[in-house]
Amino acid sequence: MSKVYLTHNNIVSSFGFDSAAAIQNISNEITGLKLIDDKSVLPNPFYSSRIQQDKLEEKYQQLNPREKHTRLEKMLLVSLKETIADSKVKITDRVGLIISTTKGNIDVLENQTEFDEERAYLGALGNKIKIHFGFKDDAIVLSNACVSGVLAVATAKRLITQNRYDHIFVAGGDLVTQFILSGFNSFQALSEEPCRPYCKTRTGINIGEVAASVLVTKDQSLLIDESVVVLGEASCNDANHISGPSRTGEGLYRSIESALKQANLTSDDIDYISAHGTATSFNDEMEAIAFNRASLQNTPLNSLKGYFGHTLGASGLLETIIGMHSLHQNTLYASLGFKELGVSQPINVIKKTKKQYIKSFLKTASGFGGCNTAAIFQKVSN
Amino acid sequence: MQKEFYIQSYCHITRNEVLVNGKSVFKSDEIEFTSFIKAAYKNFDIDHSKFFKMDNLSKLAFIASDVLLKNEPEKNIALILSNNASSLDSDRKHQSSIADPENFYPSPAVFVYTLPNICLGEISIKHQLYSENSFFVFENFNADVLSTYANSLLADDKAEKALCGWVNIDEGKYDAFLYVVAKKGTFVHSIPEINLLYKTNE
Repeated sequence: MSKVYLTHNNIVSSFGFDSAAAIQNISNEITGLKLIDDKSVLPNPFYSSRIQQDKLEEKYQQLNPREKHTRLEKMLLVSLKETIADSKVKITDRVGLIISTTKGNIDVLENQTEFDEERAYLGALGNKIKIHFGFKDDAIVLSNACVSGVLAVATAKRLITQNRYDHIFVAGGDLVTQFILSGFNSFQALSEEPCRPYCKTRTGINIGEVAASVLVTKDQSLLIDESVVVLGEASCNDANHISGPSRTGEGLYRSIESALKQANLTSDDIDYISAHGTATSFNDEMEAIAFNRASLQNTPLNSLKGYFGHTLGASGLLETIIGMHSLHQNTLYASLGFKELGVSQPINVIKKTKKQYIKSFLKTASGFGGCNTAAIFQKVSN
Repeated sequence: MQKEFYIQSYCHITRNEVLVNGKSVFKSDEIEFTSFIKAAYKNFDIDHSKFFKMDNLSKLAFIASDVLLKNEPEKNIALILSNNASSLDSDRKHQSSIADPENFYPSPAVFVYTLPNICLGEISIKHQLYSENSFFVFENFNADVLSTYANSLLADDKAEKALCGWVNIDEGKYDAFLYVVAKKGTFVHSIPEINLLYKTNE
């Protein structure tokens, strides 16, 4: 069976309009989170990372759009444009498009919008992206809560392995909206401070805004420095609760075990874990339990939420891309915001950014609906 | 070499009726969705009090899956569902609770259902499935992606069976078509066959 790789990639974030800008800031342990006072979104000031509006508009206009696009569409188009152009892949019927999003253009449900409600349908969003770049098939929109981004990568691998496509562009994005913040606030899950995943003093999540994209392919001639091979992936449900994580970390543990099995690796082969780490009390505790059950308690681990906040449907994809760069740079990035362990089981949270040879990493995510996903990536050796 | 897979059984729910393998198993006079689905729940004699807390999409997916899985011994069943309207039915409820600053009452019980994959969690809890979950959103029913994805999970031994299909609820209109893909069964698991079964109740 031919291998499937992740290669050309882009991150549109508060740090800038490419992956390099995000990596540069993470390397320097700089957060993109800022205190934002925007009463149209939340009555109280909140921490978030948002893409610079004027620069986004400038980048978007360079695409010579032939119709009007929503803010999220602009983010996705700008990110995908870079990835498609860098890869030089010609769009044919062997090239697929997967969009990962939880809420899509949900802001069009709000009163003051120039777009009609039809745009809230995720298929409509997918169509706008498809049409702009001339993809032959309809976009495959994956909406699976907070695991969407990493599950989208797994889905791309699965469709390529089945020989449905040769290449798939995966793009993920979600907005920071009143819809989302009021909802998380009703769960009392929002932190009033920059989030501190796994820390004793953690008080909840921040929501951030990012669009990310990557090319998934079986074509070795498209590989670049930070390319990785997808060795294994799995997505298991907790079968326990729709909004609370499992006390035993059941679904996450099973996802990790299944991904390891497919990769034909053991926990000792994992050099780094890019974990979910939302900084809510229950999520981080659940992860610590699952990592211990999987004998991964000593493996260096971070959550990147301290840099971007939780970017929802983009987060798993964003964090996978940063993991690719982490392997290439042989650097373990600090889990920003972490001071003192605040979970009941031992885990090895990276306190300070450091150079270390790393070959393989595990990416995990968990979300509402009891869903969990684990994927294992390895450096391409040549 | 790709093994061949089969459709073991299928179910339709639309126009106040539940059909299994093309045969009516429940029909109600209730036109309105919430009354109809409650009548279906009672008719099938299901004991699962969480049902009453679910949103409409989850209720629809829950009943459609229950008629197919109630006598199913296999637990390694992947859930691969899709629709057109995502969770817009609940999204609109959450939005109406936050639209007016004078009357601002977002509720976690509504907000949690503003994700389409929550119905997969509800099915997993009922049937104790610790299995693969994926929720796709398409403009129209997409047998191509559903079948390719199911084949991948079965061929890679990620699942023994797959519960696939379409569950959509939007502006009071509802439509479910679920089917179980297995290594043995009646119908060949192919795009034309899936499309044929999907349309049998149109």
